[in-house]
Amino acid sequence: MRRLRENDHLVGYVFSAPFIVGFLIFILYPIASSLYYSFTDYTMLGAPNWIGFDNYREMFMDDDKFAKSVSVTFVYVIASVPLRLAFALLVASILNRAVSGVGLYRSAYYLPSLIGGSVAVSIMWSQVFGSDGLVNSVLGLFGVHADKNYVGSPGTAIWTLIALSVWQFGSSMLIFLAGLKNIPPSYYEAASVDGANGFHRFFRITLPLLSPIILFNLIMQTISAFMTFTPAYILSQGDGRPVDEMLLYSLYLYRKAFEFSSMGFASAMAWVMLAVIGLLTLVIFQSSRYWVHYESKGEG
Amino acid sequence: MTYANRKMRTLLYHLIVGLLALVMIYPILWMAMSSLKPNGEIFTTAYSLIPSKFAWSNYSTGWKGFGGNTFSTFYKNSLFLVVISTFGAVASSALVAYGFARVSYFGKSIWFGAMMMTMMLPRDVTMIPQYILFSKLGWLASFKPLIVPQFLGTPFFIFLIMQFIRTIPSELDEAAKIDGCSKYGIFFRVVLPLITPALVTSTIFAFYWNWDDFINPLLYLNNPKLYPVSLALKLFLDADAVNNWGGLFAMSTLSLIPVFLVFFLFQKYIVEGISTTGLKG
Repeated sequence: MRRLRENDHLVGYVFSAPFIVGFLIFILYPIASSLYYSFTDYTMLGAPNWIGFDNYREMFMDDDKFAKSVSVTFVYVIASVPLRLAFALLVASILNRAVSGVGLYRSAYYLPSLIGGSVAVSIMWSQVFGSDGLVNSVLGLFGVHADKNYVGSPGTAIWTLIALSVWQFGSSMLIFLAGLKNIPPSYYEAASVDGANGFHRFFRITLPLLSPIILFNLIMQTISAFMTFTPAYILSQGDGRPVDEMLLYSLYLYRKAFEFSSMGFASAMAWVMLAVIGLLTLVIFQSSRYWVHYESKGEG
Repeated sequence: MTYANRKMRTLLYHLIVGLLALVMIYPILWMAMSSLKPNGEIFTTAYSLIPSKFAWSNYSTGWKGFGGNTFSTFYKNSLFLVVISTFGAVASSALVAYGFARVSYFGKSIWFGAMMMTMMLPRDVTMIPQYILFSKLGWLASFKPLIVPQFLGTPFFIFLIMQFIRTIPSELDEAAKIDGCSKYGIFFRVVLPLITPALVTSTIFAFYWNWDDFINPLLYLNNPKLYPVSLALKLFLDADAVNNWGGLFAMSTLSLIPVFLVFFLFQKYIVEGISTTGLKG
């Protein structure tokens, strides 16, 4: 008896249906309408009016808070992403050896990045760097009497956010550790025979061989750094204080949309963000041909 | 290198790496121990980890919550949201992943491309129109905006499960087909049991993301009766923190315990999930 042949096209669409429905309703339609709203004055009350490029013009010409928020965000991204990756790489190369207890250390270094996005940790952080908090109290033990509220003072505020981000280097560290395990020990042995010291081995073997993984991490971490919201919201009590020093881009966008109901303006902000992230990703990719080393897979 | 010398170096290694590890987890320890200090003591002896006496009452005063809603309500909400969302995200992602990995059909490459694009798309772009859409549907102030989209596949999990399905030899599918199994049968009877590790990894991460989620509850829930723990902590901070840091620290610490618990139970899956796909933890 011959079975009726299944129709693969139908079967394929049945399995993919959840994604396709979700993509059309919750991704594609929102993308299109977001672009449309960005050219309107939509506030959710009444119909949107077409105002051309006014939102974009206002953003770049007349909005001091926008300029502030862009500069704060760039400081945050440019400081936190490289520092985070540097720590991740450094600690990963230290932990990449067969010593007893390494698993325990790995867990300790990884834990912060597991819980770092939570509200609880943001609350904790605001008190670690508060005027009577952990940092000042420990400084006091060393005879340095400080009562500065680092979270609430312009100048240090953004650095408490950067510190919170760098503290979560653990997940990148795990990715680097996996990459390090794939480097054949024979490379290092050969280099040692040729008289290379640890410094040379790191810069001439480890770094080039890890560079594709560094590229991947750099791009993913940059994108997620641009989207940082929760810690900025909690640490700045929801409004970016002190004097907008913690007004990260996502936070300003959120405030514009949901506190001032400027849906049009906030949509325009989202498109500027998308353009900047896209451009940066492109630049990083383009630059990668000068520093990313792809091993040829010819040898046995 | 002499034996004593090598011993010395190992000791030094543990000293440095161990000290650094302590610095990393010290803030967490500090909060956990502060949650056991009497309220007046938390910030006067912030350098110390040891309370003068253990103030377990912080946990009972904290649990009372604020505005007549206790943390029983908030934990119930969180649990409900996390269980439903996690199930929806993993189940739908597994279906989609199988379709992408094992069925060839018209237009697949377009949908696959759309999925990869979605993975890189910043949340901020879709957030506002989604909010407007949910408000038009009359879904605001309910759990629906948090739950329904989860049942439509999560690109990260789809990708992770796809990678896993690709490691299963397709001869198994062929054999099942010869035995008269349909594609649906192959999925449920052959593939699903074999991809359990990928499903576990996805479940763990879905749990974490939903448990920690803050911005979606903030956007969509406006009645404290519906708040999950994350949003409740934020409200607690606004409402009562100045008077009751002990209670707030106690509830914050408590909210991390499920996360730690899952980590210690499933560490292997977590480490593998991150190292092989770059899933964010």
